[in-house]
Parts: sequence; structure tokens; C-alpha cells
Amino acid sequence: MAAVLTVKNLRKSFAPGFIPRRKEILKGVSLEVEPGEIFGYLGPNGAGKTTTLKCLLGLVFPDSGILTLFGRPHLSLSARQRLGYLPESPYFYDHLTAFEFLDFTARLFGLKKEERRKRISALLERVGLADAGRTPLRKFSRGMLQRAGLAQALVNDPDLLILDEPLGGLDPIGRKELRDIILEQKRQGKTVFLCSHILQDIEMICDRVAILVAGRIMSSGRLRDLVSEKIEFTEIEISGLKQEELAGLGESLAGQEGRILLKVVGEDKVDDVLSLVLSRKGRVHSLLPRSLTLEDLFLDTVKSS
Amino acid sequence: MRRIGVIALNTFREAVRDRILYLLLFFAGATILLSRLLSLLTVGDRLKVIMDVGLAALSFFGALMAILIGTSLVHKEIDKKTIYTLLSKPLRRIEFLLGKFLGLAVTLLVLLSLMTVFFQAYVLLLGGGMNGRIFLAALYIFLEMVLLTAVAVLFSTFSTPILASLFSLSFFLIGHFSRGLLTLIRKIPAGFSRTGLRILYLILPDLENFNLKTEAVHGLPLPAAWLLTSAAYGLFYTLFILTLAVIIFRRRDFT
Repeated sequence: MAAVLTVKNLRKSFAPGFIPRRKEILKGVSLEVEPGEIFGYLGPNGAGKTTTLKCLLGLVFPDSGILTLFGRPHLSLSARQRLGYLPESPYFYDHLTAFEFLDFTARLFGLKKEERRKRISALLERVGLADAGRTPLRKFSRGMLQRAGLAQALVNDPDLLILDEPLGGLDPIGRKELRDIILEQKRQGKTVFLCSHILQDIEMICDRVAILVAGRIMSSGRLRDLVSEKIEFTEIEISGLKQEELAGLGESLAGQEGRILLKVVGEDKVDDVLSLVLSRKGRVHSLLPRSLTLEDLFLDTVKSS
Repeated sequence: MRRIGVIALNTFREAVRDRILYLLLFFAGATILLSRLLSLLTVGDRLKVIMDVGLAALSFFGALMAILIGTSLVHKEIDKKTIYTLLSKPLRRIEFLLGKFLGLAVTLLVLLSLMTVFFQAYVLLLGGGMNGRIFLAALYIFLEMVLLTAVAVLFSTFSTPILASLFSLSFFLIGHFSRGLLTLIRKIPAGFSRTGLRILYLILPDLENFNLKTEAVHGLPLPAAWLLTSAAYGLFYTLFILTLAVIIFRRRDFT
């Protein structure tokens, strides 16, 4: 199947300030998003994630590069008709209520009155704002605005949902609900493009990721290819033993109230530690095998660049 | 066209829910009422003084409203980044800008109509009759407001609200004094400087074209040809300014 979104060799530079000095933000970014996948576009602050999105949405004009949405030029209105976008820290019209705001956006898609009414009520329910439909947006908290933003992104039942830092301002419950909504989109065969620097919640749901650092994609691919299942080391928390006795078995990370947190590399060493604890009548409080996480990969990539 | 309408409706809604407009409306009303006080202090036809002050109030506060909402509402969309969401929808930039302009024009039409009706009612109360010329003068004030709105929208596509307001206010002032150049042109001998001044006069706006106050107040003749030329002048100038605004807005990066 053809890619839903393609970016080929995208370059963009800005020349801000009174005496302009060109600053290159994107230095040849290329990526493809397949239909039905959840794609994570990751990178530290200032890497150029939002600039990539702005190019895609036609908010800024790239210096060079080819951008397509659903196989059409990215500025075509028919491609926009199938797109939903949640901007970073969204702010919406103070003078409108949540319902009026969603109605306004739905009108831009040309939805009929009856359909608008039905869909908006369902959406407000879905994002947890059912009771706030008649409240002016100026009285909304940051988390509520984020929810309203998500609702407007979904108002046209988009085939491609682009989310820029969607977790901002959300409490743990909100994060879980957002995750559920993203997964529900995937179940319906829709594509989700997720832009973020918060990794914990993304790790669990992304099919593929690309890591952008300083305007270049440093690493991309299936998550399970990038992040191996191999155990890097094991953390063991024990008590009833002295520090000296453990010398040579592992690195002591911390010790409090007689407990020792030990970083042990290799499974043989883990067995050695456990038998030593048994023989000294000590206690094992916890044993955690650590594998490479997305966060480690992310930090490694950023550091190595 | 449908999408322009949707943007226009939202702009109208935003404008009429803005309290600052009601403050201006209040002051305009107060000025019209106080014209009675001024008329007591003057010799001559008191009704004419009231008409004069009233129409001047319509013109002044109308211009103020046009500049104020014209510069703030477009810039606000960019500043608060609401435009990000809008432009990601199936909406062309030109549709956004025209929708914004249309919404502002409708808002001003409503406000000016309110002020005009109030003014005519006041004139009736003070013993004057129904005067069609008040409405004609108001119509031309409206044409001027529309042009000023286009100018305000143009400036706010690339500068801050304060600068845009200053620029638009300068446009308003220059527009009302540029006719002085004509007198100067008549007084100096033909030659380089006269041609230069003539070109300058052509470039600068002449908002006196929309000033029917004297004719309306004193019942002077209003030739149809003049009325038509003035209306066409307003229309084309507005279109010209809007085209400039669209050209700038089309290629702008929203960072």
C-alpha cells in the first residue's frame, strides 16, 4: 500500500532577528509513514519536530524537499480533508464554548448540521468533556484544552491523526485515555503520527519510531529492532550482608538502612550473588533485569550526536 | 465561499463578544447626545450643529472601531496560534484572510447601523425630520471603514498590533489631509515639482472622497457622478489593499 505520509529530503532554515543569520533547522529529513501504523517522531527539544509538522501542514514553506499526504501534494485540500491535527499546547478562541468551537471546525469540513451535532456530542463524551460542552474555552484548564484540542482533531474522523506533544498537560488518567484513543484509531485502520519527547507512554504503543536530533534523523525503524530484548544488567536489592563481601560481584549503586542496591552484569554473577546471600542468611528484596529501553536508545542517540 | 462564510461568522462572533467595542459604542452615543450641549453654545442653526457633530462622531468612532478590531483580530489568530489549527483544515490562506475581512466588515456594518439609527432617532427627537442624507453620509462612512479595515488587515499580516494601529491611523490622517496637496498643486508653477506632487497625490489615499458631511448638513447638491466615482474609488482601493494583504499572507511562515 502507498505511504500515507512521505517526507523526502526536507530542508528548512530560518533567518530570525534584525540582522538575519540563517539557521538551518532541518537538514535533509526523510521518512515514510505506512497506513495503519502508529509512528513515533521523537527528539529532544529544538530538534525540529514541530518544524517538520509545520512544513507538512503548510504553516511554513520548506526550502527544498518533497512532502506528500495520501500520495498528493501536501497542500492539496482533499488531503487536508482526511487529516486531523493537534498542535502543541493548543490555545483556542476565548469567546467560544467547547461545543461552538467544535461546531466551527466541523463546518470547515462541510459537515451537515445534524451530523455535526451528533458527532460533537459523541466526541465530547469520548474525550471526557461531556459536562463542559457549554463552558467557554477561557475557563478551561490546560488539560481540558488539550482534550478539546484532541476533539477538534478528530472532528472529521481523520484517516491520519497528527499529534504534537499530545501528553502535555494531561494527568495520568488523561494519558491513559489518550493512549486508548490512539489505539482505537489504529484498530479502526487509521494512521497516527505522534511527535513527542515524553517516551514512557509512547514506548508501549508505537509500531515504528524515528529519532530526530539537530535536524537529522539519527535512527529509525521498528521499535523491537531498535530496542533489543537482551538483558543489559540486573539490579538486585539485598540486606544482611556487608559491602566488602560483595566486592567483585557487582557495582554498588546505593545503600540505605542496611540494604544494598547492586548492579550485576552477566547471569553467572547473578547466581553467585544469590548463593552468597543464601549462605549468609541475608535477604533478597528485589531483582530487576534491565533491558535497553527506548529512553536509553534515545539518550544514546542524542549523546552520540 | 462556504469556508469564507464560516470564518466570517466566527470573526463576527468574536468581535461582538469583545467588550471594547461596547465601550466605543457607548462613547459614540455619548458624543451624539452631547452635541445638543454644543449646539446651545453656538449661534445659528442648532440642528445643523447637532448634525455636524453627530456625523463627525459616526466617522471618528467608526474609523477607531475599524482600526481597533482590524488590527487585533488578525494578529490575535497568529499570536495565539489558533491559525495553526485553522490552516491544517481544508482552508486556503486566501479564504482565511477574506473570511476575516468579511466578518469584520459585517461587524462594522452592524455597529454603524446601530449608531446611525440612534443618531437619526435623536435628530427626530430634537425636532428635525427624517433625513435620507444622514443615511447616505453613513453609507459613505461605511465605505471608508471598509477601506480602513482592509488597511488594518494588511498591516497586521506582517507587524504587531501596536505598529499596525499606528500605520492604519497614519493612513487615516494622511487620507483626510491629502487633498491639501491639490491646493498646493494649483498654486505652484508647472514643472518637475508639480508633476511630483501630482503623482504623490495619486498614490496617497484621499479619504475626503467619503466625506459627505458638509453636503448632508447644509443640504448642498450631491451630483450622482461624484457619488459614483467616490464609491468606485473606495471599492478599488479596498480591492488593491486586500490583494497586497493576500500576497504577503500567502508566503508568510508561521513560526
